[in-house]
Amino acid sequence: MVDLDDIYSEVILEHNKHPRNRGRVENATHESHCDNPVCGDKIDLSLRVRNGRIEDVRFLGEGCAISQSSASIMTQMIKGKPVAEAEALGEEFRQMLLEGDYEPNAAKLGDLIALQGVKKLHARVKCAVCAWHALRAALTGTATVSTEEE
Amino acid sequence: MNAEKNRHAIERDFRLVADDCPVLQHVVHGKRLVYLDNAAMTQMPRPVMEAMQAFYTHYNANVHRGIHYLSEKATDAYEEARDKVARFLGAPEAESIVFTRNATESLNLVAYSWARENLHAGDEVLLSVMEHHSNLVPWQQMADEVGAKLIYIGLTPEGLLDMEELRQRLTPRVKLVAITEMSNVLGTIVPVAGIIRLAHEVGAIAVIDGAQSAAHLPVSVSELDADFYACSGYKMLGPTGIGALYGRMELLQKMRPFNYGGSMIGHVELARTTWAEVPQKFEGGTPNIGGAIGMAAAADYLTRFGMERVRAHDQKLLAYAFPRLREVPGLTSYGPPPERRGGIIAFTLAGVHPHDIATILDREGVAVRAGHHCAEPLHHYLGISASVRASFYIYNREEDVDQLVQALHKVKEVFGG
Repeated sequence: MVDLDDIYSEVILEHNKHPRNRGRVENATHESHCDNPVCGDKIDLSLRVRNGRIEDVRFLGEGCAISQSSASIMTQMIKGKPVAEAEALGEEFRQMLLEGDYEPNAAKLGDLIALQGVKKLHARVKCAVCAWHALRAALTGTATVSTEEE
Repeated sequence: MNAEKNRHAIERDFRLVADDCPVLQHVVHGKRLVYLDNAAMTQMPRPVMEAMQAFYTHYNANVHRGIHYLSEKATDAYEEARDKVARFLGAPEAESIVFTRNATESLNLVAYSWARENLHAGDEVLLSVMEHHSNLVPWQQMADEVGAKLIYIGLTPEGLLDMEELRQRLTPRVKLVAITEMSNVLGTIVPVAGIIRLAHEVGAIAVIDGAQSAAHLPVSVSELDADFYACSGYKMLGPTGIGALYGRMELLQKMRPFNYGGSMIGHVELARTTWAEVPQKFEGGTPNIGGAIGMAAAADYLTRFGMERVRAHDQKLLAYAFPRLREVPGLTSYGPPPERRGGIIAFTLAGVHPHDIATILDREGVAVRAGHHCAEPLHHYLGISASVRASFYIYNREEDVDQLVQALHKVKEVFGG
């Protein structure tokens, strides 16, 4: 049984209330939009990448606490990081939520570990990965993506 | 004294319905299950399950062809089911009922077999902004195909269908009116009898989406004078995979079949085929016999109960729920006042997304639906992206509303409101 506190932890509620990096990046080099039609979550992501490093990243969007806090934590963690590192973090995050008995690397995931409880709410996993879909889409030059495409 | 006695008898009957439904006895996340997702699916009482089990246990066989004992028994039961559903819907004859998979398939049948042939470029199709996608997307597709135009009627500030706008826009260009009798989001009851009359005055046919109303209101398609009426078994205590379409006989007779194959043919030659009579013409392939028997048992169950009492029970719960929900700070409910709706309440809570609300309610044992409830255009119309929907049925009681309200306070607590 999942406890409510495992899902709506302090970290998630705090990011939901005060999302970081909201807005649109000036002179963005990469942009994308992700829809989660199941919940109606929307994430608009914009990034400025120079020399393989994410100089700036911001998001706009609306949706549930899980989708919005996931986006907020993501932007906080990948800002200033090399693209390859952000991609590896996304992979670790996906594995944490999608692979049955995966032991997540807590040190690597930082605040993202707060979203681990979502794993047990099958219907809500898509909310948590929406921002990460947007990131992958932006970095691979896809403008629009949906959580239904995986 | 008699009225008092009567009230107690009714109370007892409602309690018995809850006892009849095994699913409702469950405990979820350590809490008593409060099932308030009835607009999506109702729970099945034992007599419905037993009717289906009797078919599978005693006379499981194909219908309309086997010259053997079991097949004849199955055919009789299947046709008896059609007769029961016809009576439940107030249809003039059993043959005017076509068994389908659900209301969606019923509406698609009308779209493909009637609209595709009878709508032409420049014709208009009149709908409301509160239609479920299943009474919207098929008409959108047909309109695209033939070059017809869709006209959407809005709502009054109170959440009722804007009859003034409907009268203005219902011109002789309109060939088809497709409208719900009860909104699956707002619960709004639509005065379809009057709309059907207005439609007929301009020479249009009227298709009624009865997915909700068949379960919540006394319905007589004859009294309504409807041309088509669609409903689903699983929203009225029956099983999934079975629904019905009522059609006016002279229309059904002129229409093309929907599914081609076995069971729906008269004679097949290598180059051409003639069709079976209505309704078999529309029931290609082996039908859902067990499902039809289940749906008929559900119709019987509701008839024994009385649809007037179902309606009265909705009213009682709504009258109790409205003031209780108003106790929750930041709650906004949508749609008309309780007396103008069936047992559905859609709402939002300031600062908390409907999906987060539903997750927390679930942890408190309360099952609701969150999202756009297959009515995305209505949510855009209301200016919201999603809502939470609590929908009642005959086994729900005031204490279920209490548990819902208590759970909503828990949501406020978690989100610090």
